[in-house]
Amino acid sequence: MLRYFFKRLTSLIVSLAIASLVIFLVVEVAPGDPASYMLGINAQPDTVAALRAELGLDVPKWQRFLAWAGGMVTGDFGTSYTYRTSVSQMVADRLWVSLPLALYALTLSTLIAFPAGIYAAARRGKAGDLAVMGATQLGVAIPNFWFAMMLVLVFAINLRWFNAGGFPGWEGGLLPGLKALTLPAIALALPQAAILARVMRSSLLDILGEDFMRTARAKGLSYRQALWKHGVRNALIPVLTIIGLQFSFLLAGAIIIEQVFYLPGLGRLIFQSIGQRDLIVVESVVMLLVFAVIVVNFLVDLAYAIVDPRLRARA
Amino acid sequence: MKPSLILGLALSALFLLAALLSYLWTPYAIDTMAIADRLKPPSMAHPFGTDHFGRDMLSMIMVGARTSIAVALVAVGIGMGLGVPLGLAAAARKGSLLDEVIMRGNDLVFAFPSLVIAILITAIFGPGAVNAIIAIGIFNIPVFARLTRGAALSLWQREFIMAARVSGKSAARISAEHILPNIANLLIVQGTIQFSLGILAEAGLSYVGLGAQPPIPSWGRMLADAQTMVALAPHVALVPGLTIVAMVLGLNLLGDGLRDWLDPRLRVLRT
Repeated sequence: MLRYFFKRLTSLIVSLAIASLVIFLVVEVAPGDPASYMLGINAQPDTVAALRAELGLDVPKWQRFLAWAGGMVTGDFGTSYTYRTSVSQMVADRLWVSLPLALYALTLSTLIAFPAGIYAAARRGKAGDLAVMGATQLGVAIPNFWFAMMLVLVFAINLRWFNAGGFPGWEGGLLPGLKALTLPAIALALPQAAILARVMRSSLLDILGEDFMRTARAKGLSYRQALWKHGVRNALIPVLTIIGLQFSFLLAGAIIIEQVFYLPGLGRLIFQSIGQRDLIVVESVVMLLVFAVIVVNFLVDLAYAIVDPRLRARA
Repeated sequence: MKPSLILGLALSALFLLAALLSYLWTPYAIDTMAIADRLKPPSMAHPFGTDHFGRDMLSMIMVGARTSIAVALVAVGIGMGLGVPLGLAAAARKGSLLDEVIMRGNDLVFAFPSLVIAILITAIFGPGAVNAIIAIGIFNIPVFARLTRGAALSLWQREFIMAARVSGKSAARISAEHILPNIANLLIVQGTIQFSLGILAEAGLSYVGLGAQPPIPSWGRMLADAQTMVALAPHVALVPGLTIVAMVLGLNLLGDGLRDWLDPRLRVLRT
């Protein structure tokens, strides 16, 4: 197990290192010099040069990469070119919107998908199963940002149950904050719930065909008891993997949904920073999202290896 | 054929025909504005209503279908064109350094949240259909590489491949002449699914202003324009949205249906 752990950890670190290099290179080849952009077209060349020096843009690229990557490791993401504040602080502020939104959506998606998937598997081939599977087909086909607009139309504009957008902050209490995130979370959760319900169903169907399920029935458990005690528990293993992977999808998917609801999250920060040529913020936010994906994948792999020793042997 | 496959085929064909027809004919010209007729709900004259410039929405949807289909199709082409040879090479040299490099490279691309990178690419190299294609296409490469490698690996164990090797054919020739035709079904099915994901991705990028630029109509762009007018005229958001849903649903049904239909094991069961 320890060998497997170190092998995976090594590949995690290598992945992160390569990812940071790729992100840095992609952003650095972007046309437009941040210093000239900030000072406008009438700036004197020496003013631009001075600002470049102040922002640390005059040192060679490889030095800037090392400084940036080294800073990330210690939690120092550098200073925003535009706002002259710490990027870590900006990211942390926005994370308080994006992270709860992703978690909220993940909870909703799980709450919808589990019962739907179990119900469909238990009624395989019957009307209930077909209805759930039809609904999931529709769920994966609906663009979440359009669904978000429809939610706004119905629940904010017509029924006036929610605000059409914006975020009051957590200072006003938990409930107003959660209320503002409810429609975005539903919009974000829908396609994920459809995928998760399908995985839950097929995973449970695999388990229902196993010998130990027949044994469970033979020892006198009712279908329902066998389904819940032995079926669902075993079917959860692959489902949990998907949930882990979905979290990073939700964090990234939130970028477009934040645009629909004017939420001050990481997504809006990326768009703003790209518009203002605030490259260091763009690099840091993208790296953070990639970091989240890689680390979650690592943890899922690890959890899987703990549960299923066969995987350790194969690696 | 199952009814779902027929429905999928019909929906996909409908949009393809609409896109092709738009080169020859649309009910109205999409570049003429008629402010007096703006935001009109669906009627006999305008079956899908008109937008905020008084343009006919049906004509816009037809021309927009070109953008969606072209972007998604080329992105699938990039994924297949690069991913399949990589997967074949990795399978032919299983366990070699080449295999390792290809597979780790795949893992790395998978680790990037595709949407974020698509936004990054289009934002940095400028918004537009071509950059949207590249951004979506890059993420199709590992999908096809993995699928190809997995399927090819199991074929390499088969006797007819062994026979081909004994007869002196090179790995490249075996891959092209024996492996590829045998995994074509799989690739077509996956291609359909990636095509539908491409349509969704293109719509998302256009919605945030990073896809096709005006005056080229695109479904995502139409939704972005609709956002501020949805309360006044819900049809401006409903029409492009339902169009995307219908197209993606059609492609997914087509993909699922083709998989069942092409899978020889399922065919044996049926006969």
